[in-house]
Amino acid sequence: MKMPSPTRRHFIGGLLGSASFWLYSDHKVWADALAVGNAGPYAPRYFNKEEWRFLNAACERIYPTDAHGPGARGLGAPEFIDRQMDTAYGRGELWYMSGPFVSAPANLGYQLSLPPREVYRQGIAGADAYVRAHHDGRSFADLEAAEQTAVLKEFEHGEMALGAVPAHLLFEQLRQNTLEGVFSDPLYGGNKGLAGWTLLGFPGARADFMDWVNQEGAAYPFGPVSISGETA
Amino acid sequence: MTTKKTDAIVIGAGWAGSILAKELTEAGLSVTILERGEDRATAVEGDYPTSIDELRGAIRHRLFQNLSQSTVTIRNTTDQVAVPYRRLAAFLPGEGVGGAGLHWSGVHFRVAPDDLALRTNVIAKYGKNFIPEGMNLQDYDVTYEELEPFFDKAEKVFGTSGEPYTIKGKVAGTGNPFAPDRSDAFPLPAMKDVYSASIFKKAAANVGYHPYSLPAANASAQYTNPYGVQMGPCNFCGYCSGYDCYMYSKASPNVNILPALRQDPKFTLITKAHVLKVDLDSDGKKATGVTYLDLRTNQEVQLKADLVIISAFQFHNVHLMLLSGIGEPYDPVKNTGTIGRNFVYQTITTSRAWLPSKQYTNLFVGAGGAGVAIDDFNSMNFDHGPLGFVGGSPVWVNQAGVKPIAAAIGGPGGKAPTWGEGYKDAMVETYRHSLTIDAHGSNMAYRDIYLDLDPTYKNAYGQPLLRMTFTWKDNDIRMNQYVVSKIEPIMKELGATRYALGTLHANDVFDTRRYQTTHLGGGAVMGADPKTSAINRYLQSWDVSNVFVIGASAFPQGMGYNPTGMVAALAYWAAYHIRTTYLKNPGPMVQA
Repeated sequence: MKMPSPTRRHFIGGLLGSASFWLYSDHKVWADALAVGNAGPYAPRYFNKEEWRFLNAACERIYPTDAHGPGARGLGAPEFIDRQMDTAYGRGELWYMSGPFVSAPANLGYQLSLPPREVYRQGIAGADAYVRAHHDGRSFADLEAAEQTAVLKEFEHGEMALGAVPAHLLFEQLRQNTLEGVFSDPLYGGNKGLAGWTLLGFPGARADFMDWVNQEGAAYPFGPVSISGETA
Repeated sequence: MTTKKTDAIVIGAGWAGSILAKELTEAGLSVTILERGEDRATAVEGDYPTSIDELRGAIRHRLFQNLSQSTVTIRNTTDQVAVPYRRLAAFLPGEGVGGAGLHWSGVHFRVAPDDLALRTNVIAKYGKNFIPEGMNLQDYDVTYEELEPFFDKAEKVFGTSGEPYTIKGKVAGTGNPFAPDRSDAFPLPAMKDVYSASIFKKAAANVGYHPYSLPAANASAQYTNPYGVQMGPCNFCGYCSGYDCYMYSKASPNVNILPALRQDPKFTLITKAHVLKVDLDSDGKKATGVTYLDLRTNQEVQLKADLVIISAFQFHNVHLMLLSGIGEPYDPVKNTGTIGRNFVYQTITTSRAWLPSKQYTNLFVGAGGAGVAIDDFNSMNFDHGPLGFVGGSPVWVNQAGVKPIAAAIGGPGGKAPTWGEGYKDAMVETYRHSLTIDAHGSNMAYRDIYLDLDPTYKNAYGQPLLRMTFTWKDNDIRMNQYVVSKIEPIMKELGATRYALGTLHANDVFDTRRYQTTHLGGGAVMGADPKTSAINRYLQSWDVSNVFVIGASAFPQGMGYNPTGMVAALAYWAAYHIRTTYLKNPGPMVQA
């Protein structure tokens, strides 16, 4: 799903209006975020073609397009996830990744040696292989929406191995990253048109509610604004 | 190896370390803080809108410890093999100048006086047999009256907002009637109650409880503290917990102490300095200084000093004592040793009320320290006799500003879908029309719950990781269930269309994957008996008298209140006695 062009123009305009400030201010993370081109359809840098098809389909099932508005694809969650793969998070640099790696009760947390980008690389290949074996040779992205949902529900609590990745861990990462993409600042490639925040009524970077501490249950009246100044 | 000399070394630039460094420089000592993380200043990375980015902040851990270098291992029981806490989730230690004191929320309690002598009080009221088998219930060996001037001092430094109950024995306000007497008012009036807290306040009063506005180290008005540094008025932006307060309203070492300290020529701050061990003399009775790794050059540096203050995060304090050979490591089988003994946490469960669709709770509005609480079921404020457990919980609405990623990942609650069809509808209702009520309670200490060095896993510098053996015990689970049952009448009274009560369940094990609190405690506890405590009532090591260990590591058991107020008071208490007694005659201040 493509966003209507006026919103998109506004989005780019908002970024350009402040880019020099952020670059000047030496905010490297944001400078990198701003350096990503906004012209034309997004070309993934980490995911290959098959992985990208899987990711787009899976994100959309987790956060679907409906009467409330665009789903994860329209909001750019797959783009967000692709960009996150080349960050300290994606490379597993925020985690303790020294061995030995042993299996342990689930409540003691993640114990794989794989960083997020490898969870996707191995997990998506495993997921597509699993789906082809159970669905007449079709890959996940080729299934009907209802079938995709059913597969994700199998994965959600499933212990089956998708490559080296237990299915529930692939699902957990997909769900977390999709929702991060939908609800983070648009700087990172998702939440396009601030539609994620608009749905919830979160006003974004306004961050000043001196007059709204207690209005006896009235709804906060102002729409969201992004860090770069985009409004919706 | 380079060798240098200073009068006093302070390890860690969080609240405890900053307080000790300030006090010791005031006493005329040259003081060096060694902080393993980066320098952090609100004017640089805490500014608007740099700091209010949820993804980079709370989600990707901008101010939290990077576990890639060092973490802990965790197991639930002694028969398990502990595995590393690889990803931050259950608790969030800080890193860098300010420590967890930069990313905390700001709930700023004193202490429930009964908690300071809990063993004595429980036995006096219910008899010795009331204490369950295996529970190491202990006293602090310090009284509220002794600590009161230091609670008062800390509140004035922090710019704490609150409503008193009694001052010098006379009712002076509408604050918490269970709160201990005060020598003075709060420096600032209480924070305003957000809508959700205000309806909780009415409902709780209507069902016969005693609600009060939380004491908050969030400034309700412009403030200048005794060190001459300024705070701005909180605007309820909601970026306290996990963030660094662009308004200079939330107290932090960075805003409230370090601006004054940095100007003192006797003070040195060395960042990216990872302390490997406290060095001891040949008979192990005196510290000669510390050895640290300069993370910028990868060189080991020996820094000599007459006085060493261990004031890092709770479990880092214990880790460093074990790595340095200060005191005897705790052995749960023989029940000997003290270092690692009485490791504790807190219980916390969250209940949710959904309000009619015309009522908006605007969950993004908030302040980390503000809210409304009741103490009717905290500490020894109620009769435990027929209940058969020790401990209690404050109950509160503490709307700290709910951000959308955390809300979305947490899900809509109740039985609603956590993704896919129906998810958005449920999230919209929950985010716009619900409020949460927490039971934030005590956790007792047990013989088989402790800290020691892991036999397998190492940090990036080749040292063994700290190992936690921790799970929930029946006493604390039943305490939580009882207190949560007392939330139900409030739910009914505040007009919820439906509600979900969150409790611990019988046989629940500690789950490291889900955030609970960062309020870890114990492991190097204070007390009167060197057989059951690592440090004396002045937080001085029983074994190495020129080492003081400051922090929540000193708590003999986990209390219902948030720990920072108690940590700050203990820091000022210890500093006062170092200044007035120890420095004049260095040596043990209590004879073992």
